[in-house]
Amino acid sequence: MRKQRLFGAVALAAALAMTVAGCGSSTPDTKTSGPQLPNLPMATEVGQGEGTLNLVAWAGYAEDGSTDKNVDWVTPFTEASGCEVNVKIGNTSDEMVTLMKSGQYDGVSASGDATLRLIYGGTVAPVNTDLVPNYATVAEFLKNRPWNSVEGQMYGIPHGWGANVLMYNPDVVTTAPTSWSAVFDANSPYKGKITAYDSPIYIADAALYLMKTQPDLGITDPYALDDKQFQAAVDLLKTQKTLLSNYWAAYTDEVSSFEQGSSVLGTAWQINANLINADGKVKVESVLPTEGATGWSDTWMIAAGAKHPNCMYKWMDWIVSAKVNAQVAEWFGEAPAQTKSCDVTSDKNFCTTYHALDSAYANQIYYWTTPMSACLDGRDVACKDYAAWTQAWTGIKG
Amino acid sequence: MSTSTAATPSPASAGGGSGRALSRFFALHARSRLAALLTAPLAWVLVLYIGSLAMMVVAAFWSVDSFTGSVIRNFSLANFQTLFTETVYREVALRSLGIAVSVTLIDAALALPIALYASKITTSPRIRYAIVILTTMPLWAGYLVKAYAWRIMLDTNGVLDWALAPLGLHGPGLGLIATTLALSYLWLPYMILPVYAALDRLPNSVIDASADLGAGPGRTFRSVVVPIILPGIIAGSIFTFSLSLGDYIMVKIVGGTTQMFANIVYDNIGVAGNLPFAAAAATFPIIVVVGYLAAVRRTGALENL
Amino acid sequence: MYLGRFPRIALAFAVLAGLAFIYIPLGVVIINSFNASKVFSWPPTRFTTRWWSAALDNEGVRAALLTSVKAGLGATLIALLLGTALSFALVRYDFFGRSTVNFLVVLPISLPGIVTGIALNTSFTTLLQPFGINLGLFTVVLGHATFCIVVVFNNVSARLRRMGTSLEEASSDLGASMFQTFFHVTLPQLRSAIVAGALLAFALSFDEIVVTTFTSGPGVQTLPQWIFNNLFRPNQGPIVNAVAALLLIVFVLPVWLAERMSGSESRGTAGRL
Repeated sequence: MRKQRLFGAVALAAALAMTVAGCGSSTPDTKTSGPQLPNLPMATEVGQGEGTLNLVAWAGYAEDGSTDKNVDWVTPFTEASGCEVNVKIGNTSDEMVTLMKSGQYDGVSASGDATLRLIYGGTVAPVNTDLVPNYATVAEFLKNRPWNSVEGQMYGIPHGWGANVLMYNPDVVTTAPTSWSAVFDANSPYKGKITAYDSPIYIADAALYLMKTQPDLGITDPYALDDKQFQAAVDLLKTQKTLLSNYWAAYTDEVSSFEQGSSVLGTAWQINANLINADGKVKVESVLPTEGATGWSDTWMIAAGAKHPNCMYKWMDWIVSAKVNAQVAEWFGEAPAQTKSCDVTSDKNFCTTYHALDSAYANQIYYWTTPMSACLDGRDVACKDYAAWTQAWTGIKG
Repeated sequence: MSTSTAATPSPASAGGGSGRALSRFFALHARSRLAALLTAPLAWVLVLYIGSLAMMVVAAFWSVDSFTGSVIRNFSLANFQTLFTETVYREVALRSLGIAVSVTLIDAALALPIALYASKITTSPRIRYAIVILTTMPLWAGYLVKAYAWRIMLDTNGVLDWALAPLGLHGPGLGLIATTLALSYLWLPYMILPVYAALDRLPNSVIDASADLGAGPGRTFRSVVVPIILPGIIAGSIFTFSLSLGDYIMVKIVGGTTQMFANIVYDNIGVAGNLPFAAAAATFPIIVVVGYLAAVRRTGALENL
Repeated sequence: MYLGRFPRIALAFAVLAGLAFIYIPLGVVIINSFNASKVFSWPPTRFTTRWWSAALDNEGVRAALLTSVKAGLGATLIALLLGTALSFALVRYDFFGRSTVNFLVVLPISLPGIVTGIALNTSFTTLLQPFGINLGLFTVVLGHATFCIVVVFNNVSARLRRMGTSLEEASSDLGASMFQTFFHVTLPQLRSAIVAGALLAFALSFDEIVVTTFTSGPGVQTLPQWIFNNLFRPNQGPIVNAVAALLLIVFVLPVWLAERMSGSESRGTAGRL
């Protein structure tokens, strides 16, 4: 029996050893007060493609013909560069950050609420814009912005920007809604058929609504909320939950729930509306309400230690080239970052409709940003940081 | 296994000398045999699996930097404090437990008639065979396919609504009831199999004896059959209970706005990248399932899996 | 068991109702795979077989199918070796901690998949990545094998218990070495249990989605993962239905085989005594 006992002890020790090994390795504690900018090398030249490219992207950003045969800018890229593209669709910014942190992807189309987390987390490397020729003609108001650059160094290539719109089924919602109250009103006639975006960042939408409808709360930036303002937003969202049919995280959730009729009203991306209308089962309209909207300005970023950096730089140049950026923008329904795209869009009025070259309009959107405890609007109080937003979101969903 | 050596080496053993020597060694040393058999699987289970679990539980005591998302390896009970103090986690945990128990009860209620009929009532082996095959075939249909099927059936204007429309009713729609129904559906074969096996092993003579002693079928069932097949029922319940407790996909597909405890775990690891909190949350299902397994170990249900 | 006529009929109805409950959703899937509408309006008004041909042609489906088969075979192989060894150890020997080992072996399949998935993901990324082994098919196989072991273990143990050792003792009395006994006497008796266990393990691995999500890497997509990613995508959804219906039909045979092999022992004796 002693051998078995010995053997058992050895096995247990091995298990413990694994635990200790897991504990002991890599990252030292980072208990510094403010986030520190990691010092990461920047590429100096783009060589031959490595043959593969692993991307994390928003739905509709890297189409390869599988959604619609005629919508494909990935296959031409593969033909031109020799890089086979594997796309992982991230449903929310949180997912994208987590995916990028796994170290298995070369690049990501990050929104403003992910970019700074990726930069300060050392997950993405600075981008050498000289290596991306098409960057020169990208809209100036997208360059060197707080969400895509630090101390004058760009960390990505702007892709496009847009707002979260209010989508509705005009056959059921017969009076066109003009305000976000349509999704927040506790007495809504469409109770049980409304949908909302399943991410903590949606709290900003509630805050935006309160900013315009309850000015005495003093909200000036929907991402900078102190305790009282935050609680008001959370309460509003808890009320909203009673009106909802479901939360959508994947764009396909919203598309199928509108098509099935379980939702008739809710916040959406323009691409969702485009897809629903293309399917032809139901018709939807979308509108930008009077209170304004939250939105996103997306940036292509390259992973620190990317395994296929050349392919990634080629992709970044490809996606902001005039024709491709126009294709993406029209397919998704957003403003392209590339100014030259406005000359080649199939709809001649596309850029005007989406205010692509209108920097004043662009600055009105409340782009997704990571909330921090140091208030983003500069106030000297303690604002809720993203961890608090995440936990509150679990509580809201109940 | 007897440890007697081979009586007389037969001429046929001339070939494979070293094989013979090894065989003799193993024949004489039972413990080396055992060690040889046990090493690889035990290493796999203990080191790979239990070790991984241990690592995950250790991570539950860490935290993440909320801005960069990097893991901070300082021991802290903060995660567990949050789990215990915030009411939402208690609510969701209770809801998940409730669903798991309901699913188990529903499945047991559905499985017993089918298993009983197939093993004891019907005299035609062909029917028995057909029933067993028919109930186990859906295992191959795939989890997601069945989830999607229920989505189609329960969605607004879906199949159920269409079927009930002439009666002026409509289905429960997506939500808690839908989740419970769909989960009961998914795990039913896992309950039918052990119950059927247990009933199959039950000798008919026992039932006949009970009848001879004057008990009617109901009494026989209650007092004789059920206690004997209880390990089988419990074996089935292990699957239905723990599979329901840990499910996060089905509820996302048919649950509407409902969330279950496993969603909290998933959202924290897959979405928020907060491994420590997800690990802390994961300790709840671990404790519940391990506790349940330990409690039913004595009934011998583990052998019936 | 004697039952009056009425209870007997009532029970038969219950069985039919149960079977209907089981098969109606599957029927819905199959009908939908012929539904001409791209967005599954119900009831279907037009029918088409175009999704079936699209499914058979689809590059993504074929690649995912291949990956799933590879993962399944790998996991089943490992599970067979380790599970069989473990059954022998636990059934034929008594040692300190035997019941604990029995308990531990059951854990991978009883703990929720998400727990197993996170745990394995944590250890793979911490321990394997520094050595350059990234998440991929290899880690998927490791993950699947872990819960497939217990399936083989259960089947083989059940058979070993019923088998007894007399035939093996007779064989060694006749002068056979341990290995000869194993290959010529033990294995043939175990064969159907091993095959049943292998089939069940393959099925489990083939259908698994949760642990796979946590243990796979960017280039790896098993069939369940493909289904999950395409289930609701407007153009792919109908193809998913066809794939699902196809799986249902194609795999009837292995299930029948598995039942044949594992059930043949118990079916004969138990009902009669």
